Amino acid sequence: MNAALEQSYLKNPKGLTSWLFTRDHKRIGLMYLYAIMFFFFLGGVFALLIRLELLSPGKTIMSADQYNQAFTLHGAIMIFLFIIPAIPAALGNFILPLLIGARDVAFPKLNLASFYIYVAGALFAIYSIITGAVDTGWTFYTPYSTESTTSVISMTFAVFILGFSSIFTGLNFIVTIHKLRAPGLTWFKQPLFVWGLYATAIIQVLATPVLSITLVLLILERVFGIGIFDPAMGGDPVLYQHFFWFYSHPAVYIMILPGMGIISETITVFSRKKIFGYNAIAFSSLAIAFVSFLVWGHHMFTSGQSEIAAMIFSFLTFLVGIPSGIKTFNWLATLYKGQISFEAPMIYTLSFLFLFTIGGLTGIFLGALALNVHLHDTYFVVAHFHYVMMGGTVMAFLAGLHYWWPKIFGRLYNETAAKIGAILVFVGFNMTFFSQFILGSQGMPRRYYNYLDQFQPLHAFSSFGSFVLGIGFFVMLVYLVHSLFKGKTPGYNPWGGLTLEWTVPSPPPPHNFDKIPEITHGPYDYDKILVKRN
Amino acid sequence: MTPDTTGTLFLPPQSSTLAGEVDALFNFVLYVSIVFFLIIVLGSAYFALRYRKRRTEQLDTAPSHSAALELAWTIIPVILVFTTFFWGFKVYLKMHIVPKDAIEVKVTAQKWFWSFDYTKENVNSVNELVVPVNKPVQLTMSSTDVIHSFYVPGFRIKMDVLPNRYTVTWFEASNPGSYDLFCSEYCGSGHSEMIGKVRAVSDRDYKEWLDSVGLGGEEIPLIELGAKAYSAKACNTCHSIDGRPGIGPSFKGHFGSQQKMADGTTVTVDENYVRESILNPNAKVVQGYQSVMPSYQGLLKGREIDALIEYIKSLQE
Amino acid sequence: MANTPSHPFYLQHHFSDAQQQKDSAKFGMWIFLLTEILLFGGLFCAYAVFRAWNHEMFYNAHLALDRVLGTINTFILITSSLTMALAIRGLQVNKARQAALYLGATLVFAAIFLVIKYFEYEHKIHLGQLPGKYYTYTGVAGTNPHIFFSIYFVMTGLHGLHIVGGMIVIAMMLVNTLRGKYSNEYYTPVELIGLYWHLVDLIWIYLFPFLYLIG
Repeated sequence: MNAALEQSYLKNPKGLTSWLFTRDHKRIGLMYLYAIMFFFFLGGVFALLIRLELLSPGKTIMSADQYNQAFTLHGAIMIFLFIIPAIPAALGNFILPLLIGARDVAFPKLNLASFYIYVAGALFAIYSIITGAVDTGWTFYTPYSTESTTSVISMTFAVFILGFSSIFTGLNFIVTIHKLRAPGLTWFKQPLFVWGLYATAIIQVLATPVLSITLVLLILERVFGIGIFDPAMGGDPVLYQHFFWFYSHPAVYIMILPGMGIISETITVFSRKKIFGYNAIAFSSLAIAFVSFLVWGHHMFTSGQSEIAAMIFSFLTFLVGIPSGIKTFNWLATLYKGQISFEAPMIYTLSFLFLFTIGGLTGIFLGALALNVHLHDTYFVVAHFHYVMMGGTVMAFLAGLHYWWPKIFGRLYNETAAKIGAILVFVGFNMTFFSQFILGSQGMPRRYYNYLDQFQPLHAFSSFGSFVLGIGFFVMLVYLVHSLFKGKTPGYNPWGGLTLEWTVPSPPPPHNFDKIPEITHGPYDYDKILVKRN
Repeated sequence: MTPDTTGTLFLPPQSSTLAGEVDALFNFVLYVSIVFFLIIVLGSAYFALRYRKRRTEQLDTAPSHSAALELAWTIIPVILVFTTFFWGFKVYLKMHIVPKDAIEVKVTAQKWFWSFDYTKENVNSVNELVVPVNKPVQLTMSSTDVIHSFYVPGFRIKMDVLPNRYTVTWFEASNPGSYDLFCSEYCGSGHSEMIGKVRAVSDRDYKEWLDSVGLGGEEIPLIELGAKAYSAKACNTCHSIDGRPGIGPSFKGHFGSQQKMADGTTVTVDENYVRESILNPNAKVVQGYQSVMPSYQGLLKGREIDALIEYIKSLQE
Repeated sequence: MANTPSHPFYLQHHFSDAQQQKDSAKFGMWIFLLTEILLFGGLFCAYAVFRAWNHEMFYNAHLALDRVLGTINTFILITSSLTMALAIRGLQVNKARQAALYLGATLVFAAIFLVIKYFEYEHKIHLGQLPGKYYTYTGVAGTNPHIFFSIYFVMTGLHGLHIVGGMIVIAMMLVNTLRGKYSNEYYTPVELIGLYWHLVDLIWIYLFPFLYLIG
């Protein structure tokens, strides 16, 4: 049949245990990919239920308590089980060693452990859903979360466990990038996706432990009533918010930085161009990672923190906008005088550019103190972070998934179906979330089960958009699954990329490279090398 | 600045003295954003079409670095965002410096209603804050349970209401009218029902309201007074009068019925049970409902409790 | 590089040589230690915040801790760090028996530390100096003294768990050393647990003055 497939990591060695106990980064990445796709689907179902409920004011399909559980689970699943591991643990795991010419990550056993820790966390989360689903919002704010009668402990414990999975992935990547680069691959010859993963890993390692200890304190608060966050016992709920956002704001960059890395790969390959401003993009990743630790207070401008604190956090927040802006302009300049083709990964890349620009610019509104007071905790914020997280990270994830799909599975998907899916997703997304900017600035608070009549038309429009979005994803599911069975076989290099993963068979053999390659050219040297697709 | 009383696509009508300043900044950021958005989107669309792939591929000849260009797209955004920062901070400070002659109202948030104490005037109201126009009002706020947040979109103000400390905000209504008051910090089952009104009235109407508050005094019949208190004291947030169960049991047909309590005992809903449930709600909770109701001790005067009991009595099947 | 002639048993296939593997392992461990510091860092923050708010109460409450036992425990942990270092030294000069002896000594010191800690806890439980809502002691003046004991128990408890975890791994190293798995050529795992043990020691060196001495 297909020689590459028969000799690939997918078929060697064979048997279930060879998968369950594998230390191959590609297999671990693939198992992660299946797991996160499952949770993306589950989180998506909750999202559609939420939008269906909000189609009209009052009760549409569920009760207030069920609604509160639905938005909590949508948030918790999408953030902790999908978007944080999506790019690093699934795509990154698969591609990183290939990109840097290594046979595996530095600690393959730790890598497998990180996957099983993820599974354990996921099981706790599912247990929590079955035994009464949390209703606290994914932020678990105290004192609500210490009073709520729902299964808060099992969900926070799940998130605590998932934190370790994330830390181990980050640790593994930092060491891998430092120690396992192929000879000749200097720091500034690395593909930009590697820089993205590197900056991400630093945040994963430095921020996640603080979330862990916060959740431990929260669990102890519920079980033993230790009083640290409980106002009735002299504790301070705002301290919880500080702790929580010290992790969760950098976590936003855990989500977006690797996405930016993917975009830097796809935009060069599909425009046959050397990336514009390599150094600026690489350093802006590190700058974002650094400043991300200093801006957590911008989630708390209306919490009664001092004006001085608010001023400092607002200032630093604007600082973090600059490197993101620089990246965007660099991508735009990369298109200039390119030879641009419009395969599915490129359509997602252009969608990213469009949506992330809106997401980033609306961040300026929220960073400005006086505007934040009006917009905080309204649908404006909901729309903003969906434009960044979904319009940014998810579009980049989809760009990466379509870009590396032939490499991962050794199959090509149907290009026309992929284009239709991409366009449906783009249109549906904008319908769903652009309307929410208007809702929010008109004063519609978030996490509302019921709403006043004046908000009805926009809510209905948003709900219709979410159905279009859902159909787009369904189309995607169909053609991707179809490709696994009936897809054509690609050659080594279907897109004409210059990075190392395109020098090995699709799918790659178990040990990646027969001989560790020597790197002589940069990752985007389209000005020196004319690459043939095959 | 004359307040914009019609609102725009993005913003509701301006109803406080500070709303105009907030909106001016909003519109500045909006226009700057639109310009940047158009540069990036039209730019990429133009490049994508202009440089779409030709039949034969060629080596890339375009520059991959330009110090001047990169400096330009660093420095211009820096200037713009720092303008926004200073502007935002300036208006924020105004929101936080309360004018000296402000009327003081103590705000208490609890699941799921607002109560307002006019300390000097010794007046209390629930879910309706009545203020005179063109007079600054200072709100000193605290919560008795979880975190809530006081949000009036028309005034562009929002401030969290915390259980362990006081937070302060202020506003000066610029036009008479009735404005939505939302709780914007998630607080549980009744979060989206925790909606009140801020009514801005003329000075004379304000004085009249202060004198008449207490729902209409001694003259009106008990059932009528009870009906008023039912909505004015926010009973309607959780208890329906049409039989639909809400966060609490419906009042319809409730009086005189036998109810099973959470602890297994059975209680007949009589005057004493209703009175106890108002003043000490969590003593006996009907099975299937959570014990979440706050005590109304001090929020209702003697005649209002009697009135509510009569009103509930009147709601038979 | 794939065809390096000498291919020792401990060298994993994806490393080009033993030095690269060792460097990677040590680098990884340092990053892990960094996460540990941040984990405890959160608690030190909570300590600092509540101490700043209730200075008086913290001072009064810290008098309830036993400085003598705390000091003894500090010396015991420092000594255990020394024996840990000596165990690694033993492997470096290829004296596995000596190394095993020192690993054993480290375990004994760790156990003594835990026993003393147990007696401290026991005494506090007896007096009702317990965290949060279980606090029944009345001898501490100031507002919310239970907060001090919450922080005390969480910090020392988490530290204690780290001691227990370290002991389990050291015991495994001890068995491996006795089986002759380590030599001056390969002793990376022992070196790594050594780094960990020093960090756990170091955290105690901060916990002790903050909780026992200055309150």
